[in-house]
Amino acid sequence: MRISLFITCYNDTLFPETGKAVVCVLERLGHTVEFRKEQTCCGQMHWNTGYLKEAVPIIRHFVDVYRDAELVVAPSSSCVSMMRDHYLKAAEMVGDAKLAADVEALLPRVYEFTELLVKKLGVEDVGATFPHKVTLHTSCHSQRSLHLGDIPVRLLNKVRALELLPIENPQECCGFGGTFSIKNADVSSAMLAEKVRTVLNTRAEVCTAVDNSCLMHIYGSLHRQRTLVRTAHIAEILASTGGMQ
Amino acid sequence: MNAPYGSHWADRSFPEAAKELLADSQVRRNVRHATDVIQAKRNRVVGELPDWEALREAGSAIRAHALEHLDEYLVEFERNCTRAGGTVHWARNAAEANRIILELIQLHEAKEVIKIKTMTSEEIGLNRNLEANGIRPHETDLAELIVQLGHDKPSHFVVPALHKNRQQVREIFQREMHLPELGDKPEDLCAAARTYLREKYLRIKVAVSGANFLVAENGAVCIVESEGNGRMCLTLPDVLISLVGIEKVIPRFRDLEVFLQTLPRSATGERMNPYNSIWTGVHETDGPKEFHVVLLDNGRSPILSDAESRQTLKCIRCAACLNVCPVYHQTGGHAYESVYPGPIGAILTPQLHSMDRGRTLPYASSLCGACYEVCPVKINIPEVLIHLRGKVVEQDQRTLGGKLGVWNIGMQAAGFVMGSAGRFTLAQHMGHLAQKLFVSKSGFIERLPFMLSGWTQTRDLKALPAQSFRDWWAHRELNGSTKNGAAREDRDGQ
Repeated sequence: MRISLFITCYNDTLFPETGKAVVCVLERLGHTVEFRKEQTCCGQMHWNTGYLKEAVPIIRHFVDVYRDAELVVAPSSSCVSMMRDHYLKAAEMVGDAKLAADVEALLPRVYEFTELLVKKLGVEDVGATFPHKVTLHTSCHSQRSLHLGDIPVRLLNKVRALELLPIENPQECCGFGGTFSIKNADVSSAMLAEKVRTVLNTRAEVCTAVDNSCLMHIYGSLHRQRTLVRTAHIAEILASTGGMQ
Repeated sequence: MNAPYGSHWADRSFPEAAKELLADSQVRRNVRHATDVIQAKRNRVVGELPDWEALREAGSAIRAHALEHLDEYLVEFERNCTRAGGTVHWARNAAEANRIILELIQLHEAKEVIKIKTMTSEEIGLNRNLEANGIRPHETDLAELIVQLGHDKPSHFVVPALHKNRQQVREIFQREMHLPELGDKPEDLCAAARTYLREKYLRIKVAVSGANFLVAENGAVCIVESEGNGRMCLTLPDVLISLVGIEKVIPRFRDLEVFLQTLPRSATGERMNPYNSIWTGVHETDGPKEFHVVLLDNGRSPILSDAESRQTLKCIRCAACLNVCPVYHQTGGHAYESVYPGPIGAILTPQLHSMDRGRTLPYASSLCGACYEVCPVKINIPEVLIHLRGKVVEQDQRTLGGKLGVWNIGMQAAGFVMGSAGRFTLAQHMGHLAQKLFVSKSGFIERLPFMLSGWTQTRDLKALPAQSFRDWWAHRELNGSTKNGAAREDRDGQ
């Protein structure tokens, strides 16, 4: 299949390895990956911070870029949930019936990365090997908006040599919440402290998730505390054939 | 303009108030422990119901329907309550409600009243107003009694003293009830409260309550509770005054079938409340001789007119959203500076004040969605939070200070950048240059200026990598690399 990668703005800028890993996995499975250079952002930061009308041009841009794509994949559940939960509402807010129709036509072809693998491509074993102890942070959008359920776990269970360790309170937010982490830095930090405690208690070497936003947040504290625990987007584990570089 | 309610609350921003509470490790421990216990019970009893989702759906539909036809159902309630011997009063705001209740009490020359837990009375600052007029209110709900005797404020609307532990409760009782020898076992504390309260039930002739539901078709009022104090207040006094928000009405008696299942399970993790009181008007041989319902608007009507956020009023005050909220877990209820804390408070409070107060509350959430997931009437709290954030931003943009504020300028700039890939790519390259000022030797950003300093107070940030994904992709295409091998090689080369 021809799969168009929506890398998302922050992965593009901060986590290029995740994008490379998505390309690696999909190509390994025999698919063709394309990258549309005109892509920018899904508009989530503006929308969630209350800059609603400012998000609309960004949404429109996204829809224009991917209008004719066969399939779109994004390695970020929060960006995909932005689209599914809010795009139609945004179009209705500005009374743009054409945008609303475009959104409805496009969104059924947009998938979060692990969702694409399991639900659309029907693959659980992507031929990965990762000889490490790993724990999974279940991001809020992946569970409560996309309802991914055990999809990430099923993929990780098929990775050779990987030991998946359970984490306490997996359903609880890490405290990132986009601009929440800055506007309410103290509360966000307190939430993060609790999440990091549970990550460390697992004794895992790597904490993974389907969202780099949570991982950036969690790693920010793991690094500040000089722990040796690393974070890696699930795509990077699924791309791996040997271990951490 | 609505009269300010509960103006004994300070008016600090959420981040400010939260900072202070975060430093109180005792409160945080108490809150976390109590919410975990309730939440575990709730999950257990919700889990036993195979039709839980259908019940949520039904509850949501009934509440939404009632709100759509609120004008008709309120009038129907008034007609039926009056026919059964009750008197219905309409209060536009807190001042009117306070005046009505005060006059009723004064009419009976009462100097004391007993009260069942009612957050609506906290909303209008009833106790303060009564005290100012020489009338002493006695809270009879155990938690509200603790709050009252401790000269404290409720931090939760089902368990108002949730932020206190047993030892702290004992200290309050020892001091205020003059019981220096009192122990801290639950039985000791209950016995002390019982002795303290029983005398009041038997002596005081006027009671004030709230209500969980008003039933339009027969004018019935419903209160559910755990302690039996409510039943005492509803049956022993001669005069009963129930203060109720206008949104509490439901159309039919049989609608209670849904809510008497979902409310106790969501609120206290019980299958059924120990005490369920439903009464209609007055009866010659039983209960109060005089019954008044004060219907309170106090900022609710304007919420009804907003189609996006009207769902806020579906709330049946179970507080499950507080118990599950990771923000509430950290701060407890006082950080919200409102009678209604937690996720529902974050959307209700600013709306009750026409967005004049509590404007930082819609931002007091990471939008994790746990509140929506547990809500027994399916209020999409994250969606309303975002809607209200939009209102706050719009208000700010109408002022010069807001227009020139760092957030607005930042967001406008970011919006401009995201409008085209060319500008976005340029911004990435500029960011890579600019970060040189901040990146430490280890390759991490450990200190950022201005509003971004909030991030680095507890978190490091990995520096932007030398090559963005799109640059890598452009490079890859330029080299005409093909499929698997190339991608793999390039990754390994990093």
